[in-house]
Amino acid sequence: MINLEFAVNIALGLTIFGLTTGCIRMFKGPTPADRIVALDLVTVLLVAVSSLLALQLDNSAYLDLGLALALVGFLATVGFARYLEKNTQMPLDDADLARKQDDGKSDNATRERL
Amino acid sequence: MSESIVSILIMLGGGFAAVAGLGLLRLPDVLIRMHASTKAGTLGVGLIVLGVSVHFASSLVLTKAILIIVFLFLTAPVGAHLIARAAYRRGIKLWERTLMDDGAMKHSFSEASNSENSIAEKPASEKISGSDLDQTSDK
Repeated sequence: MINLEFAVNIALGLTIFGLTTGCIRMFKGPTPADRIVALDLVTVLLVAVSSLLALQLDNSAYLDLGLALALVGFLATVGFARYLEKNTQMPLDDADLARKQDDGKSDNATRERL
Repeated sequence: MSESIVSILIMLGGGFAAVAGLGLLRLPDVLIRMHASTKAGTLGVGLIVLGVSVHFASSLVLTKAILIIVFLFLTAPVGAHLIARAAYRRGIKLWERTLMDDGAMKHSFSEASNSENSIAEKPASEKISGSDLDQTSDK
């Protein structure tokens, strides 16, 4: 027989570890696609955290929070993915950003020369 | 009895969630990170919500849990496919050890085009011979 409080604490700790690594990837991610994947994982894990809170506080209303969070998270993922696909001006990483800024500067220089 | 079932389900789900986060942090590439986050994350959340529904054991909570699980299992592949398509179409840099297996496709295509050429050459030769015949008949 395993103690339920102990199991909930262990599961909350593991889930929060996953949330932390997801947030690190979201800050660090070299490309926008990495950040979108991390956002997807963070919303899915927040559903898990709200379910575990329902267990810990013995209140099933937290499951509604999880359901709404899953809906909103899916919409956010789809919106960001379509934004990444359609916006061809968006730089893909730091090197791409520097190259685009150099292009903009040289464009401005040629425009001034003309 | 139900308490131990709930404990095992919850801890298993938490383990899958931790593995998903670890894979997202450690793997080298967007498309490879997506393996970890989408599949392991969805399975972990499904196990946790299942454990919560076993603990409450009421029809209302079971309905909510099944709604969450079905919604997650429907939307996670769609979202992952959209992200992967956007990343691939924008030409995001892959891992340097990724193998693009275009060789097999190209080989079969070249074989098909060769056989098509051998078929297509026959009417052309017949046409040439036909024009030769025409010229000979003119003469």
